Amino acid sequence: MTHAAVRQTEITLTVNGERLARPAGSTLGDLLRAHSLDSRMVVVEYNRQILRDRAAYDSLELADGGSVEIVHFVGGG
Amino acid sequence: MATAALPSLDTQFAIAGREFRSRLMVGTGKYASNEEMLSAIEASGAEVVTVAVRRVSLDRSRDDGILYHLDPSQFFLLSNTAGCYSASEATRYARLARAAGFNEWIKLEVIGDKETLLPDVAGLIDATRELAAEGFKVMAYTNDDLVSALRLEDAGAVAVMPLASPIGSGLGLLNPFSIRTIKHRLSVPVIVDAGVGTASDACVTMEQGVDGILMNTALAAARDPARMATAMRLAVEAGRLAFLAGRMPMREVAVPSSPTTGMLE
Repeated sequence: MTHAAVRQTEITLTVNGERLARPAGSTLGDLLRAHSLDSRMVVVEYNRQILRDRAAYDSLELADGGSVEIVHFVGGG
Repeated sequence: MATAALPSLDTQFAIAGREFRSRLMVGTGKYASNEEMLSAIEASGAEVVTVAVRRVSLDRSRDDGILYHLDPSQFFLLSNTAGCYSASEATRYARLARAAGFNEWIKLEVIGDKETLLPDVAGLIDATRELAAEGFKVMAYTNDDLVSALRLEDAGAVAVMPLASPIGSGLGLLNPFSIRTIKHRLSVPVIVDAGVGTASDACVTMEQGVDGILMNTALAAARDPARMATAMRLAVEAGRLAFLAGRMPMREVAVPSSPTTGMLE
């Protein structure tokens, strides 16, 4: 398979600092489900923009080279 | 004989117009288990409970989301910006925390030194001003310096949180004079945050007249966190009552408590 063919079927994302390959056309909702994350329990920043509208996660198609931060609350003082 | 009514236990306690039922606020970090954390929080009687914002673990190897263990309808979640070393980093964390949708309050930390975790006051003031302008209710963790506290109030903090001693040190209240001075001079509530190690520290801190105390390690690192949380709850109440009651003057000579007359020949 050539690189050009790979690019058509996959995108590369940086998610929480890790480089991940995802199928082209993946939405943010797909990404969360792939990691068994409940969208109500996390906050997502995509390319440094906080995405407040959780209902829009399934319609947000992730772009190749995109950067995603997925955070939640943990114990702290 | 008619019994006199018991004096009321406390005065009202409000920050930025919101009333809170307990002057003791607690963190949720460093507990050996979630069960231990929950029993300690319950024993403390705290309403305000602090949490931190961190990346989720993508491989789900750590199921450490605290909201799976702590019911957010039972507590007032106060997110912190612990671990942030610049105003821009702290404001980013604050915005992420607000986007979780619970409230617009933030316990703002901008740390200036890794070893002591003392605050970067310049960054703290900048971040306070920026977040206050965005509608955040900023509770600013700072050192026990009056001028820094005054600047934070000017920058729009709804409460100022001077330390008793460094975070996690358990050294207790190192400078009662500074804390008293800050309380006297500020209009916004003063919540002492960090450094309290045991119940007597909490009591002495409240005796300075401050509005409340936030603690974490003193409970989490106690041998029996729930029992220490009970001790802290009582100590905070005792210290508050003693402050309201007004202590006797100190003298460096003895004054007899019993009559000096009527003694046998």
